[in-house]
Amino acid sequence: MSPEKLTRMANEIARFFAAQPEEKAVAGTADHLRRFWDPRMRRQILAHLESGGAGLEPIARAALLRLREKQSLPAR
Amino acid sequence: MKLNPEIDYGTPEVHGEKTISLTIDGEKIAVAEGTSIMRAAMLRGRAIPRLCATDSLAAFGSCRLCLVEIEGRPGTPASCTTPVAEGMVVHTETDRIGRLRRGIMELYASDYPPDWLSDPKLAGNELFQMAAQVGLREIRYPKDVTTHLARPKDESNPYFTFDPARCIVCSRCVRACAETQGTYALSVAGRGFESRIAASQEESFLASECVSCGACVEACPTSALVEKSVIEKGMPERSELTTCAYCGVGCSFKAELRGAEVVRMVPWKDGQANHGHSCVKGRFAWGYAMHPDRILEPMVRARITDPWRKVSWEEAIAHAAAELKRIQAGYGRGAVGGITSSRCTNEETFLVQKLVRAAFGNNNVDTCARVCHSPTGYGLKTTFGTSAGTQDFDSVDQADVIIVIGANPTDGHPVFASHMKRRLRQGAKLIVIDPRRIDLVRTPHVEAAFHLPLRPGTNVAMLNALAHVVVTEGLEDKVFIRERCDPEAYAEWRSFIAEPRNSPEAAEEFTRVPAALVRRAARLYATGGNGAIYYGLGVTEHSQGSTAVIALANLAMATGNIGRPGVGVNPLRGQNNVQGSCDMGSFPHELAGYRHISEPAARQIFEQRWGVPLDAEPGLRIPNMFDAALEGSFKGLYIQGEDIVQSDPDTHHVTAGLAAMECVIVQDLFLNETAQFAHVFLPGSSFLEKDGTFTNAERRIQLVRRIIAPAARYADWEVTVLLANALGYPMHYTHASEIMDEIAATTPTFAGVSFEKLERLGSVQWPCNDAAPSGTPVMHVEKFVRGRGQFVLTEYLPTEEKVGPRFPLLLTTGRILSQYNVGAQTRRTPNSLWHEEDRLEIHPHDAEQRGVRDGEWVRLESRAGATALRALITPRVAPGVVYTTFHHPDTQTNVVTTDYSDWATNCPEYKVTAVQVSPANGPSEWQQSYRALAERARRIAEPVPAK
Repeated sequence: MSPEKLTRMANEIARFFAAQPEEKAVAGTADHLRRFWDPRMRRQILAHLESGGAGLEPIARAALLRLREKQSLPAR
Repeated sequence: MKLNPEIDYGTPEVHGEKTISLTIDGEKIAVAEGTSIMRAAMLRGRAIPRLCATDSLAAFGSCRLCLVEIEGRPGTPASCTTPVAEGMVVHTETDRIGRLRRGIMELYASDYPPDWLSDPKLAGNELFQMAAQVGLREIRYPKDVTTHLARPKDESNPYFTFDPARCIVCSRCVRACAETQGTYALSVAGRGFESRIAASQEESFLASECVSCGACVEACPTSALVEKSVIEKGMPERSELTTCAYCGVGCSFKAELRGAEVVRMVPWKDGQANHGHSCVKGRFAWGYAMHPDRILEPMVRARITDPWRKVSWEEAIAHAAAELKRIQAGYGRGAVGGITSSRCTNEETFLVQKLVRAAFGNNNVDTCARVCHSPTGYGLKTTFGTSAGTQDFDSVDQADVIIVIGANPTDGHPVFASHMKRRLRQGAKLIVIDPRRIDLVRTPHVEAAFHLPLRPGTNVAMLNALAHVVVTEGLEDKVFIRERCDPEAYAEWRSFIAEPRNSPEAAEEFTRVPAALVRRAARLYATGGNGAIYYGLGVTEHSQGSTAVIALANLAMATGNIGRPGVGVNPLRGQNNVQGSCDMGSFPHELAGYRHISEPAARQIFEQRWGVPLDAEPGLRIPNMFDAALEGSFKGLYIQGEDIVQSDPDTHHVTAGLAAMECVIVQDLFLNETAQFAHVFLPGSSFLEKDGTFTNAERRIQLVRRIIAPAARYADWEVTVLLANALGYPMHYTHASEIMDEIAATTPTFAGVSFEKLERLGSVQWPCNDAAPSGTPVMHVEKFVRGRGQFVLTEYLPTEEKVGPRFPLLLTTGRILSQYNVGAQTRRTPNSLWHEEDRLEIHPHDAEQRGVRDGEWVRLESRAGATALRALITPRVAPGVVYTTFHHPDTQTNVVTTDYSDWATNCPEYKVTAVQVSPANGPSEWQQSYRALAERARRIAEPVPAK
């Protein structure tokens, strides 16, 4: 899946949670990505993050950083 | 012979508090005050002859056949219109009454076609039965008098005939059209001898406002209105009860047969969702099941450019299994997946997701609810704790204010629409929130108190504005909020929603609905008594679909409209088993019963039952599958009963994804659009050919019964079993009931469900378990499933799909009464008479600006693609908005819709696409090439003759 599309999707999720206080917004976005995205999509967006994460909005970026810290993804 | 006879009590049930005692034919009887003598007698098994009376309609008193004698009263009053009275003594059978009834019956018979006693095809009608009951033996009137016998038949309707010669003008059809259906298409024209039934302004039935629901045919006691299938095949000999396979209302029907042939489908009076009513689809449009387009033999091909080759079931299944194994061996366990269908039974969807999770070993399973009500699942689970509507349909009888938002029930859910219209005629108030002026806005004897014609894509702004009024004008239900909802979340939400940016005045910039109108509507909902919300895909199919569902839940909680009859938040599900397919664990992140796949305890239940470890990670959603296919990590797909090429958005993307796969297995009744990209075709079975259950929009689980043998040998669930066995994961079910037993054993909300219980009770609404053994009509009564109701902030974010100079109009798509979804079923019935092609609705102003003329071809183009169709110029759509349906593959409307989707669920944003419309000469080049592709892709190789 293209990084641009994944970035758009992650930003849309983050924008929903952005109405909440920042800590909750970041946690909510990270939790949503973990609970609803297939691991290969998470791997791809984390790879995009590693390469600079162009286009990622602040909450989405912070959520991905938290996702990266908290879990190891199965290799498939 | 078994015809599932229904008892007709003659007049409707009365729920009076006071009991009246009387004597009928020497027997003392006690009934509710207000009950008719006719009904009171029938309650004790005394069937008083009648023709104009039936218990689904208010008493009318025209046929005079139901006369009785009452001691102390003069004359012979009609028992249907005479209520019981304390101490009344009634005689239903005396010599005098007998003579009078025979005389009346003789008059009717004298003006009835002479074949009336001898035509076996009509032998079951009530006229015949009443003649026998009153003892009519001869007709003494001369034959050379003026009669109605020469009046011509109206054969215009494809499904039923109206023969005025057989009509006694009892008005049952007129009253059924009014009271049951609420269309008021029929009336009695003329007076005295010239009295006659008229459709609209004495037009043919087909040209009239008649919606072909069949209520008049069902009501007619004389076969003046009768199904053409009965005339052709004769009266049925036996019947079986089953559940309709069209929309989410889930009507119960008697499938009536003669021999092994289905003659007609008749709505079942005791059906708990439809109470004996039906629509044109369920009542009449079932002929697709016998259509010659059905593919009855499995087929395979190496490449999608090859012609199909018919093979045995054994070869097809072995080939499919080998291909799936090959792909997994080459590309990994996650390279294959499955799609379940809302048109299939609970048992079938449960088995497909089991196949994916247990035999494929991943969670790449999704369902067509992805593209319709997945935001309902997310939104209602987040706020209330479970992914389902809160009420039963009968709840609407106690609603005082009804909000219909993003739904068009008269077209999409017609039987429930009739139910709702009855309540509206009784005085409930209606608020319609929809860009289009749907029929409910103003229809006979129903007019919305408010129509808020918002701009597509602005639902959240509108719902926030309504909630803003509730909160800032002090209209919230403070007691409910304090006792039932999370206080911290409420305080946060209250502060958010009260901000001026959420006011109707601020929202007007986006919605273009005057703020004053929004304020008045909000006040009505908040203060008008029981407030009920009904919504459809106009809410969910947006980039903020889930946010809008949450906003609806916030609004209902803020006003205390949850947890009792007459209120609630109610999704109107598009297909027959959308609720069920979601319940059964069809989403990639959830096991049956909405338990997340990451929950060890939930996984353990299934791992123990299924004997394999389950992947704890969510799988791919349908649109993600196409993306993964294009990047090369997803190569095989088993699709049961879905036509994603026609139904899913951004057709170019869908077809590219499918074309990139190495094994697409399509299981369907027909070679649908998706089958063009398939390598294996497995014949499906219609709802008439299998046992199982459907769960309707009110969580009602109902039996689907095998009426006829599967035309292609197997029911759909049996095919999944064959595939699982071939993959080396044995399944041992011998009947669908055993699958339901497994569902009950693993899914707490279904713990009390079994085929035996469904047979006994007719249906149950989940949760059905030890705490609620007969099911749960209304949810969240004392507390929410999640404990306390959760208010959630719903910031309005305009969609990124915006109009501009290149694409200045907004396209929104939907469906029409006579067609169903991709039309695979209804297009193969005479329903196409009403809708033979998709049309583009465009406002006269926009049409004039573009030189578009009514009925002429127009090009409809977006950034995703272009198609062409004919224009329908109408003020039903607002200026700047165009509308069309997606029922016809020749149009392929979804070539225009984009890949934008709901932020939470990826439900496509079907309802907002920026487009341009311009005059065209005919189908586009793409349509022509697509048609050529479709013809090539459907080629079936002739068998090679044996040497």
